[in-house]
Amino acid sequence: MENTNTQNEEMHLDDAARVRVLSPGMMVFKRFIRNKLAIVGIVIIAFMFLFSFVGGLIIPYSQSQVFYTTEQILKDYAGATAIDQYQIQQAEGATLPSDIFSKTLIAASTGKYVFETRDGSLLGLGNVGENVYVIYSLEQVNKLLRKNAAYDEAVANGENFFTDSDGKTYVFQDTGAANPDVYVGTELGVAAMKSFTSFDKNETFPYEFYRESLVAIANGEKEFELGGSKYTVDEDVVLKDGAEYALVSDVNFNAANAGVYLSPAYKEAALSAVAKGDSSFTFPDEDGTEVEYRIENKNGQYTFKKFQETRVIDTYARPSKEHLVGTDANGMDLLARLMYGGRISLLIGFVVIFIEVFIGMIIGGVAGFFGGWVDNILMRVVDVVYCIPTMPLYLILGSIMDYYQASATTRIYMLCVIMAVIGWVGIARIVRGQILSLREQEFMVAAEATGISTYRRIFKHLIPNVVPQLIVFASMGLGDVILAEATLSFLGLGIKYPAASWGSIINAVNDSYVMSNYVFVWLPAGLFILLTVLAFNFIGDGLRDAFDPKMKR
Amino acid sequence: MKKFIIRRLLISVVLLFFVSLIIYTIMRLMPTSYVESQAMALATRPGSKSYQEWVDQLNAQYGLDTGIIQGYFKWASKAIRLNFGDSWYFNQPVLQKFSNVIWYSFGLGLAAFLIEILIAIPAGILAARKQYMFADYAITVIALIGISLPSFFFATILKYIFSIKLGWVDLYGIVSRMHETLSDTGKVLDMIRHMVLPTLTLVVVSIGSLMRYTRANMLEVLNSDYIRTARAKGLSENRVINHHAFRNTLIPIVTLLGGSLPGLFGGAMITETLFQIPGIGYTFYQCVTQGDIPFVMFYMVFMAVLILLGNLIADITYALVDPRVRVN
Repeated sequence: MENTNTQNEEMHLDDAARVRVLSPGMMVFKRFIRNKLAIVGIVIIAFMFLFSFVGGLIIPYSQSQVFYTTEQILKDYAGATAIDQYQIQQAEGATLPSDIFSKTLIAASTGKYVFETRDGSLLGLGNVGENVYVIYSLEQVNKLLRKNAAYDEAVANGENFFTDSDGKTYVFQDTGAANPDVYVGTELGVAAMKSFTSFDKNETFPYEFYRESLVAIANGEKEFELGGSKYTVDEDVVLKDGAEYALVSDVNFNAANAGVYLSPAYKEAALSAVAKGDSSFTFPDEDGTEVEYRIENKNGQYTFKKFQETRVIDTYARPSKEHLVGTDANGMDLLARLMYGGRISLLIGFVVIFIEVFIGMIIGGVAGFFGGWVDNILMRVVDVVYCIPTMPLYLILGSIMDYYQASATTRIYMLCVIMAVIGWVGIARIVRGQILSLREQEFMVAAEATGISTYRRIFKHLIPNVVPQLIVFASMGLGDVILAEATLSFLGLGIKYPAASWGSIINAVNDSYVMSNYVFVWLPAGLFILLTVLAFNFIGDGLRDAFDPKMKR
Repeated sequence: MKKFIIRRLLISVVLLFFVSLIIYTIMRLMPTSYVESQAMALATRPGSKSYQEWVDQLNAQYGLDTGIIQGYFKWASKAIRLNFGDSWYFNQPVLQKFSNVIWYSFGLGLAAFLIEILIAIPAGILAARKQYMFADYAITVIALIGISLPSFFFATILKYIFSIKLGWVDLYGIVSRMHETLSDTGKVLDMIRHMVLPTLTLVVVSIGSLMRYTRANMLEVLNSDYIRTARAKGLSENRVINHHAFRNTLIPIVTLLGGSLPGLFGGAMITETLFQIPGIGYTFYQCVTQGDIPFVMFYMVFMAVLILLGNLIADITYALVDPRVRVN
């Protein structure tokens, strides 16, 4: 007892307990964490995982959410055209033939005021004044016009119609002839090159108002009475009982959008600006704020444009508070796409490497352990697969998937399988070579001598000795897989929209305008690929040094 | 030695048979949209046959009407006589197109290869000599960055800096707009100018592995007994490194380089496509996107031949430079 106590208290120099014995795994671990580059790699990979998997949960946007923004866009508000066609107002209950516009125009310009329309009805115009005509439906009558005071007065006024004492309106043609043709007319409407705008949004004018005001304007009269109200004509404006009632102008206004009411005041402002030759004018809107309208003249057609707020897809938005990295060509948040793209890139890397290691270990292990003809056949298979040029093959398979219009998720799975099926040969060669050399070593001879089953010999004694090489190869291979996937996606044959991948984000540089003007679109994704692949290489390098200390000293 | 080479050649032929069979099978799965669109265009001509008849005729013409195995032997019997048919997309014999474009790829590859050797081997040796010092870390990190750089990303950065920001070189192409007006030397210089960025891209993305390979081998050599002996003899450090160590390091390096010589003809698909250098890689890319089966088939088999040839050359050079191998 005493002896042991003293031993505990003071150790001798050659005491075995002085040296802490570490397990081989622990030694590897210690050597690994002493490697600065490997630690940097671990930190980067940890960051990438957090960024992609946790970041994707935190960020409020999804990878395919499209963002919109409002933009001030110069949009058509109203158009104005000088009236060069007769505007026809129909009398109540009257119907006019469809070709009345052209017939009116011809009749007015030729002076042949009586004409037959396409449907065979006889119509006529009564020339009230310049460019103002009343349209009549006519019926020829035999009526002697001589010594008819109303007729004489109409001729003296240059008119071709008159209202006789019987209350009927007569239209005549060939003034001055001995026996002009006379027709009795029923009023159908009024035609003039004027447009009417009400000062009150809800007001619609009765036909009589159109007629009377046109007649009054044509005849230069200042006042007329209708339905008990007194109307006053003040240049362009018609006042009803002293209040502004209608604006009459030679210009026809159209709102660009249905339901927009163009007030007479607006029209007046626009007309005066046009008359002055201005390129823009301001007019207060309903809230009283002054809005600027730009005037565009196109062959006598005036368009009034104003800046309007429009909802558009927010493409290539610069980095801002809402979108820390900006948005891409589809108006999707780039940060979210980087996160989701990172998930896919990392996931594909791990899945592919897992399948590769699985296939490679089985085939390499079997070939190495059994040797002989099994080895020969399997290694020829490996040689064949090794000879297939990988990148061209990926391209061909990508275009096949394009042809069959594989969905985004199918493409991801297919990509994993294809890359693994091509990539396992490297691992198979390493495993085979390692097992071939291990098989000849003493511990395997001893294992065989103790009569352990083949299964246990392979999985308990051989495989654990291959694992270090496998881990090193896998961590470096991860980088290669991510790189290959990014290249494929960059060429547009890997991961496709709407799924994101780092490679497909950089794909935007194929448009050289995007490359030169929107660096924020492609630079982060490229750096992420570089950092991730670099980190896997750092880790692989560190692991190799840790597993194989011979290389170190 | 002769026996060894003959045996390897025979194995290579067998491998090539299987590789080309696999490639042919995959190619036949490829959408034949080219045939269909061609038939569509021909069928719309006035007085033409129906679409289906055209499809049948074109399929027969291109040898697509047979089963895969039959079609393969039909293709192979012609391919052995170096008749690879006509490229659909470029409308000329595959081999003619190939001989037109291959020298651009070869020039690009060779320039990159030489620059790579000139930089990587001294850097690798330096890193091994100064192991665990700053120079070693710097070279290791640079090499790993080169390995990890996606070529398309690096090419984009180069283009952004040198073409867009500085405006020194054109974004795309092998010749500038005024190429035809230049003198003969001017034409060559113009092409070289356009090759600078692609070469730089290739050098940077592929220099890392050679650097690390050199470093690893040099470290192995420096740890060997004969180096210790040389030092013990009192030889100067320079003599130890340059005579004893360097010559032994060269064995695996020459093997590696010999094996990668055929690859110079393979073209760099991504880099050529990005810079639109009309080499074999860019031509292949165009053909894949257009579904041009004869050319794609030819290129894939050509690449397989290059890989086999590379392995063969590597083995032979290994035997040539290292007498120890020949004894076994």
